Amino acid sequence: MARYLLKRLGLAVITLFLLSVLIFVVGQVLPGNPARSILGPLAAESAVRALDHQLGVDRPLLTQYWSWITGLLHGNMGESYQYQSAVEPLLRAALFNSAKLGALALVVIIPLGILGGVVAALNAGRPVDRIISLTGLSVATVPEFVSGIVVIVIFSVGLKVLPSTAQAPAGSSFLTQLRYLILPAIPLVFVLFGYIARMARAGTIEALESDYVRTATLKGLERHAVIWRHVLRNSLLPTITVIATQTGYLIGGLVLVETLFNYQGIGNLIFQAANSKDFPMLEAGVLTVGVVYMVATLIADTLTTLLNPRLRTGAIR
Amino acid sequence: MSDTLVMPAGVVPSTAEQREQPVWRLLLGRPTFVIGAAMLLFWIICAIFGTAIAPHNALAQQLLATNKPPSAAHWFGTDQLGRDVFSRVIVGARSILIIAPLATLVGTVLGTALGLALGYLPGIVDTLVSRVVEAVLALPAIIIILLFAVALGVSTLTQILIIGFIFTPLIARTVRSAVQVEGQLDYVPAARLLGERPGRMMFVEILPNVMPTVLVEFTVRLGYAIFTVAALAFLGFGVQLSTPNWGTDIKAGYVLLGAGYWWETLFPALAIASLIIAIGLVADSTEQVLAG
Repeated sequence: MARYLLKRLGLAVITLFLLSVLIFVVGQVLPGNPARSILGPLAAESAVRALDHQLGVDRPLLTQYWSWITGLLHGNMGESYQYQSAVEPLLRAALFNSAKLGALALVVIIPLGILGGVVAALNAGRPVDRIISLTGLSVATVPEFVSGIVVIVIFSVGLKVLPSTAQAPAGSSFLTQLRYLILPAIPLVFVLFGYIARMARAGTIEALESDYVRTATLKGLERHAVIWRHVLRNSLLPTITVIATQTGYLIGGLVLVETLFNYQGIGNLIFQAANSKDFPMLEAGVLTVGVVYMVATLIADTLTTLLNPRLRTGAIR
Repeated sequence: MSDTLVMPAGVVPSTAEQREQPVWRLLLGRPTFVIGAAMLLFWIICAIFGTAIAPHNALAQQLLATNKPPSAAHWFGTDQLGRDVFSRVIVGARSILIIAPLATLVGTVLGTALGLALGYLPGIVDTLVSRVVEAVLALPAIIIILLFAVALGVSTLTQILIIGFIFTPLIARTVRSAVQVEGQLDYVPAARLLGERPGRMMFVEILPNVMPTVLVEFTVRLGYAIFTVAALAFLGFGVQLSTPNWGTDIKAGYVLLGAGYWWETLFPALAIASLIIAIGLVADSTEQVLAG
C-alpha cells in the first residue's frame, strides 16, 4: 500500500515537471514582449531593452527556466508585471477566495448529486430515472457563464433577491458573504450534478444487483435497511473518485464564473493575467491549478484504496 | 436476423450480430436523438442561410433605438448599438459552427492516428507520451487553451489549431484503449502472421473496428469545442469577424445586466445552451446505439 502510494506520488511529480516545462514553453512563445506591453507602444527602444534586462527575459531560455523553477521551489513566484508586486500574496488571497466558492459548491452538490443518482438507480428504467439522467446530462454540458447568466437574469434582475456580483463588501459577516456566493455556486453545481449523479447511479445499480444485497433481502431485512446499510455504502466508492477528479473541471469553470460575477478568485486572476500578458502571474496561477488538481487526484486515489479492501490487499502483494 | 447482414471480412461479429437494424434506423427510434438532431439542424440552417432568414440586418445600428426591450418589431429587443438581437442570434450561429467542427476534426484525425500508434506500438514511446498526456490533462482544457490563445493570438486558424491540438491527446487516450482491446482479438495476430506491415495493420485492420469509438468521441468533443469557442469569445479571446458572435455579444452585454437590459445577454446565452444540449443529446444517443 505504501509502495503503491509512493509510486503514485512519483508519477505525480514527473507529471508536474512536464507541466511546468509546458507552461514555461508556451509562456516563451508569446509574441509580444513583456517590457513593450508594460511601457506601451510609444516607449523608446532603449527603455524597452533596459526593462527586458531588468525583468530577465533577455537571458537564455534554459537559464530563465532554471531560475523560475528554483524560485518556485523556494516559494518565490516572481513579480507580477501588471501589479508590480510579488505574485505569491495575490495568488494566495485569490486561491482562498476560490476555495470558499468551490467549497460552497461542493457542500451543495455532493448530497444533491448522490441523492439524484440513488433515486435514479432505485427507479432505473422509469421516467424519473430518464428525467434525472437527461437533466444531469443537459445542465452539465451548458457552459458556466451561460447558466450563470440565466440565474442572474432570474434571481438578480427579475426577482431582485440576490446580488449579481460575488464580491461581498469588505468586512462582511459570514452570512452576507454566503449570500453573495449563492448565485456563482449554482453554475458549478449544475456542471457537477450530472457527473456525480451518473456515478452514484451506476454504483447503486451495481450494488443492488450484487449477491450480498440479494442475501440481505432474502434473509428478511427491510428494503430501507438494505439500502441504508448495504447499497449506499458500496455505491459511494466510485462517487468519491469522481468528486476528486472533477475538481479540475471545477477550477476550469471558476475562470468563467469568477469573470462573470467579478469575484477575486484564482480563475479571475488567471483571466486578468492572460488579458494583460502578465506572464509570472499567469504561469504561477496555471501551475497552482495543476498542483491543486494533482493533489485532489492523489487524495482520491488514496481514499479509494483505503475504502476498497480488494484494492488494498491487491496493492500489498 | 443477423443473417440479413453481410459482414465484411475482419469485422468482429459479436457486436454486429446484435444490431438488427441499420444504425440510422436505431437512432431515429430514439426521441433524444430526434430532438437533438432537430435542434442541431435548426442551427445549421441558421448558420448557412442566416442573413436570408433574419428579419433585420444583424449589423445595422439604430442609435435612436438602443437597449429597447423585446417588442413586436424586435422580438429579442435591441442591443447597446440598436442592433436587432434576434437577427444577431440567428446569424451568430455561423462563426461557431465553422470553427468548432473544424477544430474537432483536426483533433479527431490527429488523435486517432496518435491513439492507433500508441495502442499498437507499445513500449517506451507509449509510456513517454502517456506522461505528456497526463500533464495536459492535469489542467482544465479551457485554462490551457486560454494560455495558448494568449501566446499565439487569435484568428480563425489559430483557434482551430489550438483546440484541435489540445483535443488530440484526449482523443488519443480513448482510441489507444480501444486499440488495446482490439489487439487481444484473434484477427490481429492472424494478420500479423500473414506478414502485414504495422502501417497497414493499424489503418486497414484495426481502424475500421475502432471507428464507432472514434465517432462517439467526435460528437462528444464537438460539444466541448462549441463550449470552448463560446467561452474564449466571452473571455475576450474570440475571433474578431464582421459577423455577430454569441460569446462576444454576451461579453458586450453582461456588464449591462445590472441596468436591467437582460435580453442582450440572455438570448445569445440560450442559443449557446441549446446548441450544446443538442449536440449532447445526439452524442449520448449515438453512444448508446453504437455500444449495442
